[in-house]
Formats: sequence, structure tokens, C-alpha cells
Amino acid sequence: MPSLGADMEAGKLVEWLVKPGDRVKRGDIVAVVETQKGAIEIEIFETGRIEQILVGLNTEVPVGTPLARIQTELEAMAGTAAAAPPPSAPAVPVAAPPSMPAPVAPSPPPAPLPPLAAPAAAARARVSPAARRLAEAHAIDLATVTGSGPAGAIVYADVERRLGAPVARAEKKRAPGLDLDAMRTAIAAAMARSKREIPHYYLEHQVDVTASEQWLASINAARPPDGRLLIGALMIRSVALAARRFPAFNGFYRDGKFEPSRAVHVGVAIAIRGGGLAAPALHDADHIPLDELMARMRDLVQRTRSGRIRSSEISDPTITVTSLGERGVETLYGIIYPPQVAIAGFGRVVTRPWVVDGAIGPRSVVSITLSADHRVSDGHAGALFLAEIGRLLQEPDKL
Amino acid sequence: MNDLEIRKVVKEELNNIAPEVDLAAIDPAADLREALDIDSMDFLNFVTAIHHRLGVDIPELDYPKLITLDGAVAYLAARLGSIKKQ
Repeated sequence: MPSLGADMEAGKLVEWLVKPGDRVKRGDIVAVVETQKGAIEIEIFETGRIEQILVGLNTEVPVGTPLARIQTELEAMAGTAAAAPPPSAPAVPVAAPPSMPAPVAPSPPPAPLPPLAAPAAAARARVSPAARRLAEAHAIDLATVTGSGPAGAIVYADVERRLGAPVARAEKKRAPGLDLDAMRTAIAAAMARSKREIPHYYLEHQVDVTASEQWLASINAARPPDGRLLIGALMIRSVALAARRFPAFNGFYRDGKFEPSRAVHVGVAIAIRGGGLAAPALHDADHIPLDELMARMRDLVQRTRSGRIRSSEISDPTITVTSLGERGVETLYGIIYPPQVAIAGFGRVVTRPWVVDGAIGPRSVVSITLSADHRVSDGHAGALFLAEIGRLLQEPDKL
Repeated sequence: MNDLEIRKVVKEELNNIAPEVDLAAIDPAADLREALDIDSMDFLNFVTAIHHRLGVDIPELDYPKLITLDGAVAYLAARLGSIKKQ
């Protein structure tokens, strides 16, 4: 069971898309897991053959539990019976704690989430990351907490009980898909952690996007609707390119230090009807052609709104973009999604009197904001980063 | 295709975007973006769906003519009429 968010403790397996004997390749969707963020499609990280399903339908298991055993091609060739890791997302810690008699990934991918605080001794009780954080925050010795999770694992509620705090849990609904109450709980947990841990600083920059709008109008005039671009695609692209040039805004802060990311996976904040919000990743937004970026953005929005996000999309954004669209207000200041270190916010594009070449005229203007982590960067670098985004939007044909 | 049939198609496609909204209760002269809480991506999906179903390619410049239910039906009826004549 991959960790699909900083505060995820467990997930419920609601659908298997493979059975023993099936061949799978890296990136295939093999299962659907229900979490607070809704139903997440779990991608497999290895290529091989499914040997055994370890977790049955409608079973809730803690993060780290192997879901299935696969035989990789290498193992098949070597004729060994060694087990492969459970289906997992790239960049998600799936390695089981030592107390689990279970297969462990040979080389677990780097985790975007704070790993367990201490290397657990073999005899030590398993503790969920959220429970550990809560215990640390209140200086509670975990040895004094009784675990009620599977195999005696200590979960968040156990620490809450020890604190004498009420155990507040979002009501869980049975159907896979979007559970807005649970999603709100997940947003609350992530944002509260962000505000607790990340010293934000905020910058705003007003940018003339008339050139971008005119370029889009001329491109779109010659295209049928399914090939048209939205200004949102240009916004994501400009942030992705700027992030590549300014690595202090692209990556993860964990274990007390910043780890810049070479890849630029832009989390796209997507509002969900009825009051939900998710920010799944648009992978390699700095490399894919703009038309493909737009097509992927449409697909991502559609899948997110219908409750079909993939595990890698939920776990590996390296920076987030949030945009209010055409009916919002002029400025928004985002809250960083941990363990990321920056979020760029775009307000509504408005027509304003603007000075161009010494003359005042009506121009399309957008407010771009940056909320960034002061542990990693300063306002000076942030200003250069924002200015770069604004500059890129002046030359849309080069995006 | 008459106006009633066009209206049915438009409502079906709007319903795909905003399934929880009762379209019968929407003022046909209200701004759909406000009434249905739809964003530019939703609107693009709506225009794309209409293009696929009715064969009417709606240029961006004409988007303002489609922001109400009545406006969309009248626009599409006119466009379909002119296609037929050609």
C-alpha cells in the first residue's frame, strides 16, 4: 500500500485489475485503492508477472503493506523465487518495515514524503507517519502508546487517545470514487501541517498577458474545439520552465533539508464540484510539447473530477500551480503542499489601463503570486523566479 | 433538427458537466458559467461535445453567444440552418 499523501495511514483495496499469472509492465494500473483523496489507481513499478495477490477486496491495510507479489523478468530469467515489491507508485515509499515478513523493494524509489522518523528496530512496534508526527508534536513516548492497528501498529487515533483528545474521523463511505468529506479531512491535514511547518513568504507580480491572449486567439481560430489551448496551459508551461531554471522552487523538503528535483512535475490544483480540491501532477511539464501538455491537462482534470487519479500523479508533484480561472478574483496566495516548497498562484485575467511604450492603453493583466518556503529560498530568488514566469508569458510562441 | 431537439442535446451536454444541477430550474437567460459554476475547461469540453454531436464548429469568438441556454440554442439553430442551406 503506497503512501499517497503526507497524512495517509491506510488505504482500502477496492478493485484488482490483474490476477495471478497476468503479465504487467511498469506504469500499468493494477489496482484501485480508496483513500481520503478518493479512489486512486495504483500503478505498478516493476515489469513481470503477478505471482500472488496478498490483499483481498475491500480490505483496509496500513501504508507499507505489500499488496501483491510479482516475479520480475530478471528473477524469472535467474529462476529464483525471490519476490518483487508490491505494486507501487514511482517515488512512493512502499518498503515494509522490518517487522513485516514481506518482500521489500530491492531499490525503493526516493520518497517525496517524510519517512518514518527513526529506523525501526525489528522488535519495535509499527507506527504510522501521522501518529509519529502527532506523538512528536506532543512529546509523547511511543513506547507508552498501545497500538490498535493491524499487528499492533500504532495509528493516529491511538496517540489521540493517549492525549485524551477526541477521536475525530471522517465518516467513510463505501463506494469508491469521490468522498468530499474525506477529501476535506485530507486537505485539512495537509494544509495544517503546511502552516505548522513551512515558513511561507509571499510575493506578487502583475504581468501583461496580452501577447499570450492574442497568440492563443490566433492559434485557436484555426483549430477545432478538441485541439484548442487554454491560457491555463501557458501558465503551467511558464511555471515549469521557470522552475527548471530556478531549482530552489522545485523539489521536496524532508529530513531537515531540501532535495531539488531534476524532473518538473507540476501539480495542477483542480476544483471538484461540490467543494473538493486535488492537485495531481502533470508529469514532465517542462518537456512535453504544449499541445500534449494541454491534452494531458484536459485528461487530468476530467479524471480528477470523476475520481480517477493515478498513484504517481498524487504522490510526486514537485511544485504546484493554482489558478482561479476566468470567474475568480484578481489575486490568490496559495498554501504550499508539503513536502513541496513552492506554489504559484494565478488570479483572473483582467483588462486594465497599462502603460506600453509611454502610452496608456487597455491590456490584459494577471496577478501571479509565489508562496515559497523560507527554509529553502529568499524573496530575492523568489522575485527572480516570478519575473521569469512573467517574461516567459511575453513570448508564448516559444513556450 | 428543430429547436426542441437542439435544446435537448445542449441540456444533455451541460448535464454531463454539471450532473448535480437541475437544468429545468435554471433560468434559460442566466449566464451558464454562473448558474452551473463551470470554468473555461468545462466550457471547452461543452463546445467540443457539441462539435462532435452536431457537427457545428464553434469559434472562440462566438463563445459569448453561448453563455445562456436560450442563446446557445438560438446560435446552434442558426448555424445548423446555414449548414443545411450550403
